[in-house]
Amino acid sequence: MTTGIRDQTERSAVNTTMRWGLVRHSLALTGRELTKVRRNPGIFLDALFMPVTFLLLFVYLFGGAVSGSTGEYLRYLFPGIMVMSTVLAGLLATGMSINRDIKKGVFDRFRSMPIGRSAPLIGSVVADSARYVVTLVTLFAVGYLMGFRVETDLLSALAACGVAVTLGFSLSWISVFVGVLIKEEAIVQTIAFLGIFPLAFGTSMVAPTETMPGWLRAWIDINPVTHGVEAVRGLLVGGPVAGPVTATLLWSAGFLVVLVPLSVWAYQRRV
Amino acid sequence: MDYAFEAEGLVKRFGKTTALAGVDLAARSGTVLGVLGPNGAGKTTAIRILATLLRPDEGRAEVGGLDVVKRAADVRRLIGLTGQYASVDEDLTARENLVLLGRLLDMGRARAGARADELLGLFDLAEDAARRVSTYSGGMRRRLDLAAGMVGDPRIVFLDEPTTGLDPGKREDLWRTIRSMTADGRTVLLTTQYLEEAEALADDITVIDHGAVIAHGTPAELKRIVGGLTIAVRAADAEGARVAAKVLRAVSGSEPAESGGGALTVPVDTAGALTEVTRALDAGGVEVAELSLRLPSLDEVFFALTGRHDEREESAA
Repeated sequence: MTTGIRDQTERSAVNTTMRWGLVRHSLALTGRELTKVRRNPGIFLDALFMPVTFLLLFVYLFGGAVSGSTGEYLRYLFPGIMVMSTVLAGLLATGMSINRDIKKGVFDRFRSMPIGRSAPLIGSVVADSARYVVTLVTLFAVGYLMGFRVETDLLSALAACGVAVTLGFSLSWISVFVGVLIKEEAIVQTIAFLGIFPLAFGTSMVAPTETMPGWLRAWIDINPVTHGVEAVRGLLVGGPVAGPVTATLLWSAGFLVVLVPLSVWAYQRRV
Repeated sequence: MDYAFEAEGLVKRFGKTTALAGVDLAARSGTVLGVLGPNGAGKTTAIRILATLLRPDEGRAEVGGLDVVKRAADVRRLIGLTGQYASVDEDLTARENLVLLGRLLDMGRARAGARADELLGLFDLAEDAARRVSTYSGGMRRRLDLAAGMVGDPRIVFLDEPTTGLDPGKREDLWRTIRSMTADGRTVLLTTQYLEEAEALADDITVIDHGAVIAHGTPAELKRIVGGLTIAVRAADAEGARVAAKVLRAVSGSEPAESGGGALTVPVDTAGALTEVTRALDAGGVEVAELSLRLPSLDEVFFALTGRHDEREESAA
């Protein structure tokens, strides 16, 4: 009789477990990611300081020359820097950490356990969101001190953050993919860095494109980050929104649809 | 017979490379199966299929009576995995790693903590529990890897080359730990490149090479095939070497072979032969630079098993 009762309790416990399992597992793994960032803040700080440095440098060095006044230029540059910061965080921090997990075998340990396949990924995405929040808050704080003001409304500003984060996350899979293909971690990091320049700077981020040579404009027109920059600019200081936002989201979805299976394929071939 | 896991005709290809070309593996409940083979033989691929990390291209495998492809999620509840490709997080402390794994196995916070402390004690890591794993020595790291595979108290444990890269003294420490893990009726699949490790730990040994099984049996059966032990003698001078050759021939009844560094080796059946050799060398006044008794190396085992070997091992078999 006692056994019967225990069986019942255990069964209902198992049901509850299944229902909340994915949430709890993902949260446990989020905790792990955050502990890791706290212990090894190097790459995260790189991805944080670079945009801030660029923001200060560009605004005060070129601002007056490009836009006539630093304030006017800040208004133009800030949305671009925001996108740059999430693209950087994605390419460097997210990609590199997933890459390292795969290589060190931590990923396989999780995959051999009775948890949802998506739990490690969700864990890393949620942890990243926390990183992105810190990055964006820092950036907004610096921007505010420099005199930048959101000219639309709170909801649009949040949407701008969402667009930037989505783009950063989808691009992070470039470094996951490259990381699985190439064994040497330092090379992966170099490639991630090199990728940042055409992606982040080959846009209308620092200056309007009218005066640029044709070949560069051709690239800028294809570059998905350009759409991200335009979208965020529209959402923060006004301008066209619907087109660029749609383009950014489509590009992001495209990157994920192509790169996630490619990474999994490359990963399974490696062993 | 009651098998804890059983695989039949496993085939796995990676591009043009065939990692497994039809491998059968099975272990009775409560026994240790040693899978012995050189680097690249397919050991890790086989373990990864049994641990649901890879799907076989052909063949089938069951763990605890459950198909590893169709019932992968259930199989994962039964197994613990440790090895090259299933590792712990180096940025976390040992305790944090074990608690995390406990939490992922649906233990409450308190229970996960208690289980972590229990394992840290069992695997002799309690004093270093709060240190980051990146600061650990090779041996400690391996012990933690083993502990990590044991968090859920699994009935079936896969150990992929648990001692590779450790120096011999550390290896024996780890063997003791592994033996304690297998004492209470757990079934273990252990892959290794070392014959003495398979012999020390396994009830049955499957030898694989180039993705195929080339022998299966108890350690004693395999030793009978490969000829027990090898005595090696290196004399200090040429005259001594001549006498030593005569002594070895007399004791073992087979022609000594010259191995690297001018040492002469003969296969022998019992360790007692070493005493005989020592006595005869002493009586012959041979100055000895090196004298040893050892198990056949993995190379010698493979030569013996695949038939691609020279006269001396043939006569030993």
